[in-house]
Amino acid sequence: MSEHSNSAHAKSPLKMYFGIWATLLIFTYITYKAAFIELGSFNAAVALGIATLKATLVALFFMHVWHASEKLTKLVVIAALFFLLLLLGLTMTDYATRPWS
Amino acid sequence: MPDSTVIGLHHEEEHHPELLHHFADAQQQRDSASLGMWVFLATEVMFFGGLFCAYLVYRHWYFPDFAAASKSIDATLGATNTAVLICSSLTVVLAVWAAQTARRTLLIVSLILTMLLGMAFLGIKGIEYREKFVEHHVPGASFSFDKVQVPGHPDQYANPHHAQIFFSLYFVMTGLHALHMIIGLGIFLWLLIMAWKGRFTPEWHTPVEIGGLYWHFVDIVWIYLFPLLYLIDRHP
Repeated sequence: MSEHSNSAHAKSPLKMYFGIWATLLIFTYITYKAAFIELGSFNAAVALGIATLKATLVALFFMHVWHASEKLTKLVVIAALFFLLLLLGLTMTDYATRPWS
Repeated sequence: MPDSTVIGLHHEEEHHPELLHHFADAQQQRDSASLGMWVFLATEVMFFGGLFCAYLVYRHWYFPDFAAASKSIDATLGATNTAVLICSSLTVVLAVWAAQTARRTLLIVSLILTMLLGMAFLGIKGIEYREKFVEHHVPGASFSFDKVQVPGHPDQYANPHHAQIFFSLYFVMTGLHALHMIIGLGIFLWLLIMAWKGRFTPEWHTPVEIGGLYWHFVDIVWIYLFPLLYLIDRHP
């Protein structure tokens, strides 16, 4: 079993690593440039959308969540995200919907 | 003693000295270690999550003041630091790969590069903090943010009290992140010493792997801090 996963990884992931790295740098440049363009409320959406895309790439490929042989790892990642979204989501559904403030 | 342990090996199978007896094989031991690290990172997500939550609420309440305060930070330095951290994440995956494939020189070089990039990040951060001190944007008795225009509303000045909340969050969030970087540098120094001594093998390089997970996590936190703190409302 360990032999298998080792030989699968041994196909040299270097090309993929450098590809992800280049993509992350390009996204950073786009975020930076897009911030200076007037997009109204879409400025925040673009910035956070790209940040989420970057974070996903780092987690999946640099932190090996995609190829994780242990399924529990994926469960922990999803659970962490779920509770973070619960915290942010429920808080903001309150504060963002108070017409008097 | 050493002789008896060699003879005492079960089934004459190759028993790696770093494989603990309660694990079936090296793969299972590695999986367990990284699972444990992921559980720790989940607690870190909630740790930073509280700050992000506070940030979102105040940004929602005092958006114009937050935009004005955000504009006073150097976005180019922030973007540079983002690139620096992304490069350090690349050197970290290279280090893990080098450890997996028994490339000692590449491992050592990658670890050193990671530390250099981490120190570059902290240096740039220091320049940024210095600017804030010079401009009296550090929350406290000498804080001053008078007559700063709100972006998009030339007739409107930002409320210094609300701007001070932004800078408090800025210093706590980036400071806590910087503290994680400093701890990361300590971890990587230890990894470097271990790698120098030739302790890591393709069978056992768990510290490199979970140290790498930590470094990438700190990178991800920054990926969010950058747009949230530096790029609130930049366009002229």
